Amino acid sequence: MSVELDVFVVNTTIMDEEVYQLWLDGYTGLGHNINQLTHIDILDTVIHQSYESCYLSAPSSVNDAVKVRMEGGVLEGCEASAEVLHSDTMDQYRTFQMCERLLHSPVKLANQLLFQIPPHRQVMLIERYYAFDSVFVREVLGKKLSKGTKKDLDDVSAKTGVTLKSCRRQFDNFKRVFKVVEELKGPLVENIRQHFLLSDKLARDYAAIVFFANNRFETGKKKLHYLTFQDFAFCAGQLISNWTVGALDNMVEDMDVDLEKEFLQDLKELKILITDRDLLDQHKSLVCTALRGKTKAFNEMEANFKNLSRGLVNIAAKLTNTKEVRDFFIDLVEKFIEPCRSDKWTAGDMRLYLTHYTNSAHVLDTFKHQVVWDRYMGVIKSCILKMYHD
Amino acid sequence: MPGKLKAKIVAGRHLPVMDRASDLTDAFVEVKFGNTTFKTDVYPKSLNPQWNSEWFKFEVDDEDLQDEPLQITVLDHDTYSANDAIGKVYIDIDPLLSSEAATVISGWFPIYDTIHGIRGEINVLVKVDLFNDLNRFRQSSCGVKFFCTTSIPRCYRAALVHGFVEELVVNEDPEYQWIDRIRTPRASNEARQRLISLMSGELQRKIGLKVLEMGGNAVVGYLQCFDLEGESGLVVRAIGTACTLDKLIPGSASNTNTHPNTAPASNACNSPSKEIKEPVFSEDPTHPLSVPPTPLRTLPSSSSPPPFSPSKLCSRQSSSSDTDLSLTPKMGMGSGISVGKEAGPLKTLLRQQAQSALEQREFPFFTLTCFPPGFLVHIGGVVSARSVKLLDRIHNPDEPETRDAWWEEIRQEIKSHAKALGCHAVVGYSESTTICEEVCILSASGTAAMLNPRFMREGCLDAGGSDQRLSRQPPLGMVGSERAEGEVSSSWLGFDDASPPSCGFCHIPYDEFNMPFPAQLTYCYHCRRQKVPDVLFTTIDLPAEAAVTGKGCLIQARLCRTKKKAQGEVNATAISNLLPFMEYELHTQLMNKLKLRCMNALFGLRIQISVGENMLLGLASATGVYLSALPAPGGIQIAGKTPSDLSYDQHISTMQKRINDTIAMNKELYNIHPPECIEEVVGSPIPDRQRSRLFRSTSESSDELSELDLSHGKKDAFVLEIDDTDAVEDIQSLLTDAPMPAGFYSCNTEVMPGIYNWTSGLQMFTSVRVYRLNNANLTNQGLNKIFTDLCENLLKSLYFKLRSMIPCCLCHLNFTVAVPEEELIQVAVTAVAMSFDKETQLAADKALNKGSGENEEQLQFSMELCGESTSSNNQPTAKPSGLPESAMTHSSSRDRCSTWLELLRLKAHTIRRGSVKTTSSSERCSPLPEVRSRSLRSTRSLPCGAPVTVVKMTPLSFLPRTRIVKYLGIINMFFIRETTSLREEGGVSGFLHSFIAEVFAMVRAHVAALGGNAVVSYSMKECVFMENPNKNQAQCLINVSGDAVIFVRESDQEAIPPLITCGQTSTTGADGTT
Repeated sequence: MSVELDVFVVNTTIMDEEVYQLWLDGYTGLGHNINQLTHIDILDTVIHQSYESCYLSAPSSVNDAVKVRMEGGVLEGCEASAEVLHSDTMDQYRTFQMCERLLHSPVKLANQLLFQIPPHRQVMLIERYYAFDSVFVREVLGKKLSKGTKKDLDDVSAKTGVTLKSCRRQFDNFKRVFKVVEELKGPLVENIRQHFLLSDKLARDYAAIVFFANNRFETGKKKLHYLTFQDFAFCAGQLISNWTVGALDNMVEDMDVDLEKEFLQDLKELKILITDRDLLDQHKSLVCTALRGKTKAFNEMEANFKNLSRGLVNIAAKLTNTKEVRDFFIDLVEKFIEPCRSDKWTAGDMRLYLTHYTNSAHVLDTFKHQVVWDRYMGVIKSCILKMYHD
Repeated sequence: MPGKLKAKIVAGRHLPVMDRASDLTDAFVEVKFGNTTFKTDVYPKSLNPQWNSEWFKFEVDDEDLQDEPLQITVLDHDTYSANDAIGKVYIDIDPLLSSEAATVISGWFPIYDTIHGIRGEINVLVKVDLFNDLNRFRQSSCGVKFFCTTSIPRCYRAALVHGFVEELVVNEDPEYQWIDRIRTPRASNEARQRLISLMSGELQRKIGLKVLEMGGNAVVGYLQCFDLEGESGLVVRAIGTACTLDKLIPGSASNTNTHPNTAPASNACNSPSKEIKEPVFSEDPTHPLSVPPTPLRTLPSSSSPPPFSPSKLCSRQSSSSDTDLSLTPKMGMGSGISVGKEAGPLKTLLRQQAQSALEQREFPFFTLTCFPPGFLVHIGGVVSARSVKLLDRIHNPDEPETRDAWWEEIRQEIKSHAKALGCHAVVGYSESTTICEEVCILSASGTAAMLNPRFMREGCLDAGGSDQRLSRQPPLGMVGSERAEGEVSSSWLGFDDASPPSCGFCHIPYDEFNMPFPAQLTYCYHCRRQKVPDVLFTTIDLPAEAAVTGKGCLIQARLCRTKKKAQGEVNATAISNLLPFMEYELHTQLMNKLKLRCMNALFGLRIQISVGENMLLGLASATGVYLSALPAPGGIQIAGKTPSDLSYDQHISTMQKRINDTIAMNKELYNIHPPECIEEVVGSPIPDRQRSRLFRSTSESSDELSELDLSHGKKDAFVLEIDDTDAVEDIQSLLTDAPMPAGFYSCNTEVMPGIYNWTSGLQMFTSVRVYRLNNANLTNQGLNKIFTDLCENLLKSLYFKLRSMIPCCLCHLNFTVAVPEEELIQVAVTAVAMSFDKETQLAADKALNKGSGENEEQLQFSMELCGESTSSNNQPTAKPSGLPESAMTHSSSRDRCSTWLELLRLKAHTIRRGSVKTTSSSERCSPLPEVRSRSLRSTRSLPCGAPVTVVKMTPLSFLPRTRIVKYLGIINMFFIRETTSLREEGGVSGFLHSFIAEVFAMVRAHVAALGGNAVVSYSMKECVFMENPNKNQAQCLINVSGDAVIFVRESDQEAIPPLITCGQTSTTGADGTT
């Protein structure tokens, strides 16, 4: 005797959060055929359906999930067998797969009629669906969200230990959000929040991901490995709110995925700080006067001042070139953070130095670019402070 | 031209992409009614088109309005090729034809395609302007209300119950027409859906006409079924109970069903026992005669919300007491329930009167399962009839005489069975069929009963009996009250020999010395005056007033029998030869399982026999309870027939021990602690114990009626003899029924006796399983085992899936089995899980336990107390009633009683008040009063506007902790889904899962569009699933029905403490704790 068909459908769809997480984590054997199917990328639904068939035509694929659930002790207190658990897992997986299409455009989830899901559950479903693993996102951050990258997900999966299915979902989420907000006007975070009904925190993270993907910031170099996604997300937030067009005026047609061209042009003017020898000396003496006696690393600071200042100003001057923009973070690390670290500056030293370095420039009579300087250094300072750790 | 139908297409959303090039769709809509079609403009390049069309107007006959659905087709415009259909929406406009139902249909409907499923949604507005048609010869029956609910709907009162209505229409099945060979599957499916929709409309109209003829205005317990007879055609048939319903005035219609079992009953009848409760809430019971009787007797139920002013309550009280008295003479007071110790002549009288009332009817059948108090007088037992027929082509669809004749035959049989049980009526009546190829088994079953004719046609009853009898007669309605109060009121009126309502229905209706079958009779354990049988089987719900000990539980008997493959006549004969044995075995199983649970009655019994090519499946489900009025069931004894070696004896004794342990465990589990009583078995002419009141027969096409002796020889019913493998198997199966996990209860009736504190948490579900028997050569035993495991596993699975609802009860747990193909068994179940409050439940249990000991004593006391107060006061009632003074005394004595009752009640009140509060936190959804929901709806009709209305669904007739304020009309939908890409849709499970989800979605959408927020009495009547995995194809047909309603949630203030019904002597019990 074998069970040919087994379904359980409820009027008010309430999913088991634990099973949902297992599903999201990819406790299924997606199989190889998905690769063949990805080329029909035209319709989400097509993809979705083929996904579904892949999972469900192979019932063994949920066995992993059943195993995990059994080990988790879900059967304790219930007189149920693995068979029952399997049936329950299958039912839930089917529901998730049917919901997945709706989760691709969360706004639909609220006014679709197929599933009656209580609002707080909808929020949970969306939030969990769009949640991502920080190890995974760290791997693809700044990469082009293209098919090429998607093909490399096997490697990412092997490297991070995140299942391929989960990697694909996360990658597709990034891509989907990117595509939708790419063409929208207005503030990035707000757009993401409205179109994907995400929490503020998650919307900000997605904004960072989109921003990095759009500007193709290099994050994969070995020297940057010590940085976490949250470090980058913080920096992205700084850049978005200070250096983009939208930063100054929310009503501007353009959105805040791109850095403001004029500002980048203006940054070239800062070069005077290092090209004008008088100005450089004056700046140095002002900073040193302010720092003297306040830090143990004073000698190193004094000795390195010119190098460090050149480093920061050169980064600014190069930002007009898109290629250089990509190296923004690696430059920051190479030109500034690493020298300081080798001189054993503490975080307090760093803060002190950057504060005085920024403020002293205002006292320079011949330096006329105070506004640009502040806009530049404000972001640089907070980024460096965030990035300055082990 | 009596009607104008207007439709407006507002917008669409989430449409599928029809043009791959642009990823968009150029959608337009065709609106069709009858032969008229309108089209909207094409809304180019959008997945969310805004048509905002003009009003399309159809001028049509009301006959068409009833028959035809409004058909909306969404298409994609294509300049060069034919337009592609996206999908369709069928809207049944019947709810708009009754003034009391919905007034407008407006909302988002899923666009459904039989191949692709739901493809987007469309917003539609539909209205009907009806012109009055006074033509007496009209063919339409607009305005007759239909209810699937098998009790009197909550906001109505049954003025009269007319009786049985039935009709059937036949047609050729489009699937089997020659044209089907050349048309697409889609076209064929749509033709079928449309035809069935038309046929249901026609059927409803015809039934409506019959109801109008009878003078009624509604059909309650409407049960419509399809017989897909394949080549021989398509039959749509329906049965129901015609009633005259009065709408209770909104506001006073307090159908609070915190206590669901009382609610339906109480508003349906003006019972004095209800009235005595009222003064409890009224501060000023001094002007009971302030308002003259009104024709519309509106009575609040036991739990009417306090906001109603006391004076109002009083006036209602007086008016109804007045009407009671004025009505009694002509309503036949004498025919009531007072069958005394020397009941002989009275009983005869009662019989005569009921006869006169019922005999005019061809079939005194009632599809109701839940009755107004006092309606049900005695219950005889289950009656059923089956008949095996060979299908042939229906030659003339307009004269479906053969099918009519078949059913007629069966009904006659049922009627005669009922007569044999000394009953004039059959309640809880239902009909069903099972078809395999050309063999069709028609089945009908019900419960033989004696009814109170007061609810029947007025004309047929004369003032029964003398003054004396009249005076001895308690007002009739009273029977339906809660036990304690019912008794109080009866004794207060000075009729100590009246059957108490809590046990009256158990008393035998047949003559003790002329019993239709051998039975063990005892005096009623409750009133000690009347004879009761040792077990009682019924198809109805447990009467609200019944006295029950402990909780109930679902009892299932399962059986599988192999059969040789055969054709035609031979096959039919083989089947009809098997049927009696199957019924017998099912029955034995039920009986044993009942004993094992230490229970003595079954309610909601449903025996389904399903026929396949090489096997027959039998599944009997019922809810077992321990009726306090019936004797305690004896245990089960195992006896070895051939006393042989020691190991055998040992084997038997271990078995016996296991059985005894199980019984003890079950007693604990179901809280069955009956008071110890002295066994007094009174003279039954036949010493043999009889296993049942089940009385049935099986007849073949030959009309021959073969009676079956069920008495099982001379054996004691409780002794199981292990003399062959069959018996061993029986015992094994008895013991293999897995116990329910802690926190779960289950029943197949409306409510679970013994559980009162429902929270508002409920979850309706449908589960379908199909099993393949890989082993072709299975024995009966092997099959039985498989089938039993199958059902048990399904139940286990349900318990697991619903574990988050604990503590909860699975209600209305009805299984449907089918043999769709050789070696396939399909089991489908639709039920509702309702959670209840554990803490208050415990408190109630405690109170009950405590109370049950003192039960008898306390009651005695209360009866005496009241008896005294009334006997002195109540002389005037002995006068011919109808006089104003008598009304006065009634009320005054009532006051007296009420003060006493008040005391009790106040105590009970406070206890339960607390309990209500603890549960209130679980209330989440906001109530949607009608006005507000309307206004909400207007905003909702804006495309992509407010969120989707939450629509609750339940197979029960009520939603706990809510009040149904309006019935919007019947939902009766038929869908076909087909796929040619089964694997891609996730295999058979994926396919059916999404289809069922889609059906739910469409039901919800239709209810929401009618302005409702729930479907009650929901059922999935048909789920026919066919697959061909080799061709990657599958097809499924689903038929669902229910009543669309608007409910409002009881706010905490309104939540009157639920009065524990089921005769659990709540008042005394609660009193005991304080």
